[in-house]
Amino acid sequence: MTLIDLANPTRFLALSARVLPWLAAATVILLTIGLYQSAYAPDDYQQGATVKIMFIHVPNAWLSMFVWGVMSIASLGTLVWRHPLADVAAKAAAPIGAAFTFLALLTGSLWGRPMWGTYWEWDARLTSVLILFLMYLGLMALWRAVDDPSRAARAAAVLTLVGAINLPIIKFSVDWWNTLHQPASVMRMGGSTLDKSFLIPLLVMAVAFTLLFVTLHVAAMRNEILRRRVRSLQMMQASRIAFSSEVGAGSREENASKEVGAA
Amino acid sequence: MTMSLGPYASFIMTSYAAAAIVVAILIGWIVLDYRSQTRRLRDLERSGITRRSGRSAMDTSRTIT
Repeated sequence: MTLIDLANPTRFLALSARVLPWLAAATVILLTIGLYQSAYAPDDYQQGATVKIMFIHVPNAWLSMFVWGVMSIASLGTLVWRHPLADVAAKAAAPIGAAFTFLALLTGSLWGRPMWGTYWEWDARLTSVLILFLMYLGLMALWRAVDDPSRAARAAAVLTLVGAINLPIIKFSVDWWNTLHQPASVMRMGGSTLDKSFLIPLLVMAVAFTLLFVTLHVAAMRNEILRRRVRSLQMMQASRIAFSSEVGAGSREENASKEVGAA
Repeated sequence: MTMSLGPYASFIMTSYAAAAIVVAILIGWIVLDYRSQTRRLRDLERSGITRRSGRSAMDTSRTIT
């Protein structure tokens, strides 16, 4: 089976029904391990126990950008290849990405209060992530504003690709501008600066949250395919009703003209 | 091994609780949405509206090769 075979929604539904329980089980196992390691990670010499917030803040922050990346690839699929599942994938990912971005902002804010002395600062990193969150909300509003899913898909795909410009801005904001937010400490040239006792739980949690996203995304894509089937059946139902009422009106007119003729 | 959260325990607990609540809402929304879509499909098919192929809209029995 090639990747293009998955373009068939029925095939995708069949395959995802088999894969989904395994994905969910792997997510639960990894999250359990990650949470255990996070709970028993040592305190940081500067941050104290608040370093534990990092084990959920960093995976959510990483996913906020990763999900937009997934949506951007799906948008290319919509605009260039007209892949049948591309806009389904993009639409299904948006609310999940918005939720992860919200969590990144919230947990960052809860870490910032005891460490920086403030919940919020209008610095480049925080502001660019807030813009990303607003773009997720805008995209979800756009999907809801247009009735026809294929028309909405093209408009949303353009907006998603334009919004992708924000991803490198978020990533490099801490290098390009003088920000309160600390620079990269995991994904950086020269390797991670974190001690293994923090790095391992962080990576386990990052993989667990990524698996959580994949699981939720596949499930949400299944729902979206079913929603489109509901829509097409409802349109068939509406056209049948319209046709039968037209036929009914036509026969009534015919009868009326016969009656007039007879009179 | 014991876990001590120190003077900022409320910030740490709130962060983990918020993550748990948001993830639970996402899971709940997806499960409820699935139930809603399958119920609507079943109702439509029961009222005689079927796909052009004649197959059930919930049919996922296509062979995977």
